[in-house]
Order: sequence, then C-alpha cells, then structure tokens
Amino acid sequence: MRPLLLAPALALALSASPAFAATIEITIDKLVFSPANVQAKVGDTIEWTNKDILAHTATVKGGWDVMIPAKSTGKVTLKAAGAVDYFCRFHPNMKGHVEVAP
Amino acid sequence: MFMRPTAALAALFFVSTAPLALAADKPTDPQIAHIAYTADTIDIEAAKLAIKKSKNKEVVDFAKDMERDHEAVNKQALDLVKKLKVTPEDNDTSKALAKAAKEERAKLAKLKGAAFDKAYIENEVAYHKQVNGALETLLIPSASNAELKSLLETGLKIFQGHQQHAEHVAGMLK
Repeated sequence: MRPLLLAPALALALSASPAFAATIEITIDKLVFSPANVQAKVGDTIEWTNKDILAHTATVKGGWDVMIPAKSTGKVTLKAAGAVDYFCRFHPNMKGHVEVAP
Repeated sequence: MFMRPTAALAALFFVSTAPLALAADKPTDPQIAHIAYTADTIDIEAAKLAIKKSKNKEVVDFAKDMERDHEAVNKQALDLVKKLKVTPEDNDTSKALAKAAKEERAKLAKLKGAAFDKAYIENEVAYHKQVNGALETLLIPSASNAELKSLLETGLKIFQGHQQHAEHVAGMLK
C-alpha cells in the first residue's frame, strides 16, 4: 500500500504503476523534521527542504548521511528495506524515522 | 546595589542558575540587537577556544556546532539590522555580558584536558539556559519590530537545541 502521506492523485498514479519510485518530502523548520515519521519503499527518494538559516544533516548511524545546507535541499534514495531512525549530526535532538518497505 | 536593573540581570549570567528576574526597564530594539549579537559572539569565542584546546571529539564537535550556528544567527542579525536601518546600541546588559564572558574565558584558558572539557560544557549548559531565559522573559517580549521578534524566536529554538545538546555532552563527560 502507498503511504497516506502522499497527495491522493500521486498515490493513485503510483498504485496504478508501482514501478515508479516516489519522492517523499520532509520539511525542516525551526529544527524540526516534519513529518517526523514517514513510510516509503525501496527505490523511493526522500527529499528534505531546509527552511532554517542553519545547515542540518539527516544521518543514520552506520547508514546514510545527507547534508542539507541552510535554505536548501538534500535527498537520499532508499536502497534497503527496514525501519531506520535518523538524526541531525549538528543538532542531535532533531530526530526522524523512516519505515522502508521492500 | 548601584547597578541598573539590566546590568544586574546580565550579572546573573554565568554566575547563577537562579531564574532571571524581569528588568524594570525594557530594552529597545537597537539594544536588543546589540545584546543578541554580543551573546552570540561570546559563544563563538568560547567555541573557538574549545576547538583549539579540547582533545575530546564530542566536545570539539559540539564546539564546531556552536561556532557554525551562532555565526549563522549573527549573519541573519546583521542582515536584519542593515535592512531595518537599525544601529545596534551598546548598553549595560551587553557590557555586563562581555565582562562576564571575558572572565570565563580567562578561567577556561588556564584549564587543560578533562578539567577544561567539563568546565567548558558546564558553562555552555548554564550560558544557554540563561540566554534562553532572557530571550523568553525579556528580549522577545520587549522587541517591537516583528522581524526582530521572529529572529529572536528562531534563535530561542536553536539555542534550546544547543542547551539539550550541551546537557547531553555534559552527561557523557561524567
């Protein structure tokens, strides 16, 4: 099943053609990942849009490490299934969670 | 006490964890801009000292985060005062902050190794706690320009994160 977070039209399009990978958007505003929890599939891309004046990262211990410069974006393509917790290396109290379905 | 209330308030920085009393005379926007810039610069100076002196990776990483974030906030503050055509105005609070910071730096400069790390991080916890208290109870409520207020509110979020980060590192050093 596609995640509820996607716009309905996009979800419909994707469920009709499951081969297409989705882009999941997460916003960073005032040191908060929003939404903090997302669901994705292997092959999907997560894109973070950083509205803050500070640089952030989305980092998984022993996994991906995405730089997200101030007022900019960063992305990662999900290669492995499983649930991962990520955080910002510069602001370790910023946390997010991704569930990646196969 | 011959100190003016704002100076007395600033004197609380570094030396006490008691809750900040509200100053009777509210700072003006040019004074707030100066206080905010001074408070930021103090933390950048402390961070530079820690980067130079500490051998502890957690401490150095924390200090680098402080340097990066406070420089980013200061850049925003400078851009804003330029845009608003406000000239930051020196005041008793800024002066007391700068004086206390100078003393703290002198104290830290004499320490080495684990003693330095502990003193630096503990001061960072106390400093951010005090600055956040001042932002919440005095600077944000006193700011009259909406953009200045908004920048201070963003600063508060950032510095609350710093305080948690500093508390985390302090816990690891124990």
